[in-house]
Amino acid sequence: MIMTGLTFWAELGIKLAVAAAAVPAIGIAIGYGEMKLSAHMQSRVGPYFAGGRYGWAQLIADGVKFIQKEDIIPEEADRPVFKWAPALVLLGTMALLVVIPLHPSRNGMVRDLNVGVFYALAVSSISAVGVLMAGWSSANKYSMIGGLRAAGQLIAYELPLVLATVGVVIQAGTMSMQGIVAAQINQGWPFALTQMIGLAIFMIAALAELTRIPFDMPIAESELVMGYVTEYSGFRFLFFFLAEFANMFSMSAIAVTLFLGGYGLWGINPDSLLSPVILFAKVGVLIFLMIWLRWTLPRLREDQLQTLAWKWLIPIAVVNIIATAILKVVF
Amino acid sequence: MSGWKKIKLGMFSGMKVTLVTMLRTWAFNLTGGRRGLRSTVNYPVVKETPVPRARGVIALDQENCTVCMLCARSCPDWCIYIEGHKEEKPPSKPGGRPRARATLDRFDIDYALCMYCGICVEVCPFDALFWTPEYEYSEYGVGAMMHDMDRLADWMDTVPAGLGEK
Repeated sequence: MIMTGLTFWAELGIKLAVAAAAVPAIGIAIGYGEMKLSAHMQSRVGPYFAGGRYGWAQLIADGVKFIQKEDIIPEEADRPVFKWAPALVLLGTMALLVVIPLHPSRNGMVRDLNVGVFYALAVSSISAVGVLMAGWSSANKYSMIGGLRAAGQLIAYELPLVLATVGVVIQAGTMSMQGIVAAQINQGWPFALTQMIGLAIFMIAALAELTRIPFDMPIAESELVMGYVTEYSGFRFLFFFLAEFANMFSMSAIAVTLFLGGYGLWGINPDSLLSPVILFAKVGVLIFLMIWLRWTLPRLREDQLQTLAWKWLIPIAVVNIIATAILKVVF
Repeated sequence: MSGWKKIKLGMFSGMKVTLVTMLRTWAFNLTGGRRGLRSTVNYPVVKETPVPRARGVIALDQENCTVCMLCARSCPDWCIYIEGHKEEKPPSKPGGRPRARATLDRFDIDYALCMYCGICVEVCPFDALFWTPEYEYSEYGVGAMMHDMDRLADWMDTVPAGLGEK
């Protein structure tokens, strides 16, 4: 029943192992990239000694350090909720990897769901629940404020995120991620050309979903210590850390799939083994953009954040959907 | 509205600054330092040469010290410890009065307390204290930051030429 001849369970096991290994690997790669790039943007050297050259082992050393650290749970904390919150955040991140197409073949992604876009946006909101759980259960006022800010922010930016993808879904006529990539390869140009506004809204909303600067009010160090992660230490803190970087990857990968042609590139057969490389290169460009913004811009104010979402992004996204739908019917 | 306009314009000029800084740092690394922007010095590997008048550490010229205590009294941190005694010297002329000479027994500077203000160097009337640009004297224990008079005298070799002449 399966082309590779593996049984369902063997295939599932392999895919699970790959996904479980991918999250820390992505976290280490992006974390190192962020450390090095931010250093160069500030005229510093960055990681230097770990691993002998270029500090390449810095993030591995950091991971080992986090594992050694004591796992402190505050006395007043709601223990089960406190313990499970980081796992839920990381779960939402790993579930996103399911629908990222690396290659047009059957094994090029974990599962080609026919509601791929819908699934991706749905599971990306699971982490909002985890964040709110972490903020509530820590029994700390900073965590509480951070968790509530995160909830308000994630709800506000979930809408433009969803609305921005609707234009692409209308144009492609499918919600399947493979189908959207195939539509872009068949027509010969990425949807970014017609959905420029959608791409811009999607990237702004993705930055806010990731709670990265300039939208990092939930963890705002100078105001809220560390927001909802204030009380976490050791391995549970590492979970939040990994989830942020892995989410950067999956959000960028979804943006690439929807707007920038996924693994397709002019003149290269999408069936070749170069496809994943092309996807990773495109994702790398978007991640660089995120890091670049992170180390340039200051934090917005809470009211500016909500104004941006409700007064600007959502109306523009709705107008974009209407225009796309009309043009789709006309042409 | 003007606030938003400022944010939008400032955003692009800020992003230009970070990008240009990054590219100039890369240019420095790739050309081996001939072009581009020099980033911070990789300290233990590459050592920086401080300017001659850098305030690194204070050297003591024991010969010049007269145990007048002006430095110890003017020190805002009270990190200078001085002890001395008088020694009788034979008279310079036959039949004269024996001379008294102040001799230094202890001259310690506690660099764990020192705030490098340089008042002691300024106030010394006999040119016994000098700044030197040496900066590598960190220790594992705070007690070892107390430099005694012999260690302070050793720093005299590092006083830049022209600044420590008697």
